[in-house]
Amino acid sequence: MDNANIGIPPKGGFSFDLCRRNDMLSKKGIVPPPSYRKTGTTIVGLIFQNGVILGADTRATAGSIVCDKNCEKIHYMAPNIYCCGAGTAADTEAVTDMVSSQLQLHRYHTGRESRVVTALTLLKSNLFKYQGHVQAALVLGGVDATGPHLHTIYPHGSTDTLPFATMGSGSLAAMAVFESKYREGLTKEEGISLVCEAICSGIFNDLGSGSNVDICVITKGDKEYLRNHQLPNPRTYISSKGYSFPKKTEGTCITKLFPT
Amino acid sequence: MVGKNCFAIASDRRLGVQLQTIATDFQRISKIHDRLFIGLSGLATDSQTLYQRLVFRHKLYQLREERDMKPETFASLVSALLYEKRFGPYFCQPVIAGLSDEDKPFICTMDSIGAKELAKDFVVAGTAGESLYGACEAMFKPDMEPDELFETVSQALLSSVDRDCLSGWGGHVYIV
Repeated sequence: MDNANIGIPPKGGFSFDLCRRNDMLSKKGIVPPPSYRKTGTTIVGLIFQNGVILGADTRATAGSIVCDKNCEKIHYMAPNIYCCGAGTAADTEAVTDMVSSQLQLHRYHTGRESRVVTALTLLKSNLFKYQGHVQAALVLGGVDATGPHLHTIYPHGSTDTLPFATMGSGSLAAMAVFESKYREGLTKEEGISLVCEAICSGIFNDLGSGSNVDICVITKGDKEYLRNHQLPNPRTYISSKGYSFPKKTEGTCITKLFPT
Repeated sequence: MVGKNCFAIASDRRLGVQLQTIATDFQRISKIHDRLFIGLSGLATDSQTLYQRLVFRHKLYQLREERDMKPETFASLVSALLYEKRFGPYFCQPVIAGLSDEDKPFICTMDSIGAKELAKDFVVAGTAGESLYGACEAMFKPDMEPDELFETVSQALLSSVDRDCLSGWGGHVYIV
């Protein structure tokens, strides 16, 4: 951003003008470096008989504190393509939103349904451009004219095409379930229960994943987004009394304002 | 924190440089328009700069659209402004609270690079954030009337701030 037009919306991309100042501040130790919200996650995808099932947990952490107990990690890319994101929350949201808009423009341009490989190429070239500094690890799945597809994308831009995939801090726990129970030609019910099992294994065995299970089933021409399909961690022992405070809070000065 | 067709946004009043207190009546919560407030915690210079940029963009929006910005739109604007500086961020965590259509309260917080966290009950930010999570989790009840909401928010804020050296000197609470 240049000095003359300091407030005018820039053309796009990142701006690095605070980097030097931030570097100076961190060297002097005045300001603690900010902690970013991560989605230390379990995200999975698998291909079944008629399409793709994506699953994710719903915990977002900032350091070791859970800052969101029910966040959405399955992002919309196109009517027939969804993407789960792990890593830094701002990065996954920004990169999936951006590629989703690019896909929409591409659809208007070509007049056809988007293909999963298009989304894949847009995402991987974007992530490679920033050499892994944009920390987004994604599981991309969808059904297009050429059939169901499932891909994983790593923060540096490498991709894999797989029949079943897991990413995130809980990926080992979830992969253990998949490796033992996956087979070709699963039905929808079997697929959903296998994905739930894999996510639950991530939720209970990995500290960075938790709360509820979100599922998204994509088939040819149809998609089902099952938000909070399973709630294995309800809040138990809620005190029915609650806390209620008597009217007076000490030392307050109350001003009532009415809109002009 | 969200109540029944209302919301509350509160902050403490201390401004300091590490352990030295500079001011005890610092305003952290600012109005964008009658139904939208933003509280900015973190480095004071970044919060002032960010606030000025947001007011500028909102005024341009008002001129173009001839109406006030909805809270959801505003949250996306703040997120975009913060993410623009992804590799050299503002040291600032915003808390946005507003009333959207039909007086439905909307609250949202972000980390310093713009990752939105929408919640249906409460959001927290700042040095006493961890303590505030605990206090709000325990004291929150759904559908509180404005008076009860005021008491709950004040008690949650004061009790958390009492356990944090870098916050204090009372609080400002806005109920809308």
